[in-house]
Amino acid sequence: MAVEANADNAAILRQEIARARRRGWMLFGRRLARHRSFQVGFALFFVIVLLAVFADLIAPYDPNKNDYRSLLAPPSMAHWFGTDGFGRDIMSRVIHGTRVSLGIGISVVVMTGILGVFLGMLAGYVRWLDNVLMRIMDGLMAFPGVLLAIALAAALGPSTMNAVIALTITFTPRTARVVRSSVLVIRELPYVEAAMAVGAGHARIIFRYILANALSPLIVQLTFVFAVSILAEAILSFLGVGPPPPAPSLGNIIAEGRNYLQDASWIAFFPGIAIAAAVLGLNLMGDGLRDVTDPRLAAERGAG
Amino acid sequence: MIGFLARRLLSALPVLFVVSLVSFVIIAIVPGDVTAEIAGSDSTEAQRAEIRERLGLDRPMVEQAVRWYGRLLQGDLGQSYLLNKSVTEAVLERLPITLSLAAIALVLAVMLGVLLGILAAIKHDSWLDQGSMSIALFGLSIPDFWFALILISVFAVGLGWLPTGGYVPASESLIGWARSMTLPALALAITQMGVVARMTRSSMLEVMSQDYIRTARAKGMRRHTVIFKHALRNALVPIVTVVGVMTGVLLGGAVVIESVFSLPGVGRLIIGAIQRRDYPIIQGGLLITAATFVFVNILVDLAYGWLDPRVRDGR
Repeated sequence: MAVEANADNAAILRQEIARARRRGWMLFGRRLARHRSFQVGFALFFVIVLLAVFADLIAPYDPNKNDYRSLLAPPSMAHWFGTDGFGRDIMSRVIHGTRVSLGIGISVVVMTGILGVFLGMLAGYVRWLDNVLMRIMDGLMAFPGVLLAIALAAALGPSTMNAVIALTITFTPRTARVVRSSVLVIRELPYVEAAMAVGAGHARIIFRYILANALSPLIVQLTFVFAVSILAEAILSFLGVGPPPPAPSLGNIIAEGRNYLQDASWIAFFPGIAIAAAVLGLNLMGDGLRDVTDPRLAAERGAG
Repeated sequence: MIGFLARRLLSALPVLFVVSLVSFVIIAIVPGDVTAEIAGSDSTEAQRAEIRERLGLDRPMVEQAVRWYGRLLQGDLGQSYLLNKSVTEAVLERLPITLSLAAIALVLAVMLGVLLGILAAIKHDSWLDQGSMSIALFGLSIPDFWFALILISVFAVGLGWLPTGGYVPASESLIGWARSMTLPALALAITQMGVVARMTRSSMLEVMSQDYIRTARAKGMRRHTVIFKHALRNALVPIVTVVGVMTGVLLGGAVVIESVFSLPGVGRLIIGAIQRRDYPIIQGGLLITAATFVFVNILVDLAYGWLDPRVRDGR
């Protein structure tokens, strides 16, 4: 009789926990949906994502088709953003360019996320590794800005894949640091101690208890990594170490437009606006996520 | 303070080690035959072998590393393949331009950013607040090299007020120098201005909600005396901490901005070396820039420790 009652209680308890968890997520979603800058950022970014996904349907022209009858045509009804030195339609190139930029951005986010979690976990969980790993991360972070990415991409050779690798190596250290610092805090919390006490294995403790609770700072960080990757990809392309032309990467279009600043400034202008829109959207979403997940951090703004 | 300095210098050693290792490895990851890249595709195998031997590339990796470190400790970063100069000389003679560009941009970013941040904080929740924060966020979100091109097409090509690029040494003409640095520094400053503005605002808002500010107001002190004498001074301390990070971003950004404006700094040297496959210059430029950044960070930490005694005793 007593045993049955216990089983009942356990089942009720489990339901209760599941319900609380659902409620937590719903509350989180609702707070996020009500956050002004998140709304604006989400809308802005969503438009860019639509452009990237449906580029083939939306772009009015083939982005790589030359048209020698309309070279360097200023913006008009036929070509809203004008044409470049080969008569290619800038609007179509920009729309396809968002696909290249977002593709690289999302690849960098995924790889940085995986590597950052792995290294951050290792450093935070395995004490003797902490010092070594973090000194290596410090060393990688000592290269100012995107200089490391530029040098790596240059050494590996210009390609989309190599740009992703170079950017991942550049942005992983900071992400690993974020993960590590949450792990260090969470590891000492009573519920992790409780899990250890009841004999949970390392894998269970890491994934179920530590990682699950380190997620929100990680997601905020990755939103900013996404934004910075789009900016950095443009820099790599602009310097000629990104995806090689004629790929319509946004940085490539700006680089081409640089030679026509005097006669056709629209070539460089519009791709920059597209980059700014995507990055602004991501920054606003990141601000929103940060405010909602951790109000204390809201004060410490300003992720470069 | 001396102990603090010693600890800080010591902690920079492993960082510098990793930096030098990464700079060394950069050549090793070049796919294919580096010598073919250097000598050109029409070179003979004998020519390539000669280059390989001259550069020590025929030796095992460990031996190359030992040689690299041996030379490095003597301050020798090797010879440029193409410039007929030692790498150290080539980089150091261009470093002042990059540093002055970054420094001007830093000053601009802090001044404009603090101004925007104060404006936003004292007119909290007004259109001025929203306006300045929108400018800050916009600055954070645009690619700086693109902003540089916009500045060129408006102020240089369109209005003709400033040169489109090129460098005039200050020793030749101070005005010419200022004119050649204005647009690059502005373009470089815009992103970090956004960062500073947002930090100043939140830091000001936090300080202004504290008891001693209320006390100062309650005893009848004028609002703007409170803001500028009491609040701002404390609100600016956190800004000092980000100066280190900002310097890094600015040094890195200078690489791109220099090549947009054809300023002969380290950045343009590195980009030129990338195009001409001059690997020792890439290595050396990377190493010296990173070392400069590490050094600046130490200075910033010292400044912070001086401003806030808790920092220097805390560690």
